[in-house]
Amino acid sequence: MNQVEQLSCRELVELVTDYFEGALAPAERARFEQHLAACSGCTRYVEQLRATVSAVGRLEPEAVPPDAEAALLEAFRDWKSGI
Amino acid sequence: MLVAELHSSLVRVALIYVPSRAVAEEVVQETWLGVLRGLDRFEGRSSLKTWIFRILTNTAKTRGQREGRTIPFSSLQSPGTVPEPAVDPDRFRPDDDPRWPGHWASAPAELPEERLVEAETRARLDAAIAELPASQRAVITLRDVQGWTSEEVCNALSISETNQRVLLHRARSKVRAALEHYLKGDEE
Repeated sequence: MNQVEQLSCRELVELVTDYFEGALAPAERARFEQHLAACSGCTRYVEQLRATVSAVGRLEPEAVPPDAEAALLEAFRDWKSGI
Repeated sequence: MLVAELHSSLVRVALIYVPSRAVAEEVVQETWLGVLRGLDRFEGRSSLKTWIFRILTNTAKTRGQREGRTIPFSSLQSPGTVPEPAVDPDRFRPDDDPRWPGHWASAPAELPEERLVEAETRARLDAAIAELPASQRAVITLRDVQGWTSEEVCNALSISETNQRVLLHRARSKVRAALEHYLKGDEE
């Protein structure tokens, strides 16, 4: 493998979202995967980021706060009576 | 109901333009009224969701200007100009390291999977998201909490794919760091 073309770990961590999103050019993607195959630290890092994304995906979207809901209902009523 | 489904997303996007949660809630209310008033003019050329977010963005911008807030346009339209490393630079060996320049000095460990689902961990994740800059918080909320596609997010926020990825990457990287810190801190 050509030394010049290798990614460092510091560079790899900046590309993980692009990698997940399929936004890396084929050559870049190959360098990314080559590095990953040989580096346990970056493999862990990518696993951590993937785990983060799925944990965030399990969060409940915030509910409408009760006073906001009340204000909204009132606004709807005003709007209706204004027709 | 659409209102319940979109409310928290609308608030988070509004917070890109206005200074406080209270004002953001007002902007969202005003947006829904704008939606009702304009519904007969909605032509279906964009999705309903995209159209609602356009109304929100316009309402929030106007309100933000009235509140004397300069719109942090750059945070949304050119987020890449100020570098923000995904990982603390101290975690890597220096560039002049004779053997492994730029490689991990302190490599990440495996995250304990069973702890990721704990209520307290979820609370930490919520807190980490709440601490993000408004534009990053909006993007991670829409993409990862609400599960929108990148195209939907780009349309709702009127940003390019590239900028959306930069914001998402920064948001995810910071939340990961917070998660790692929390889970590691507890083991000690």
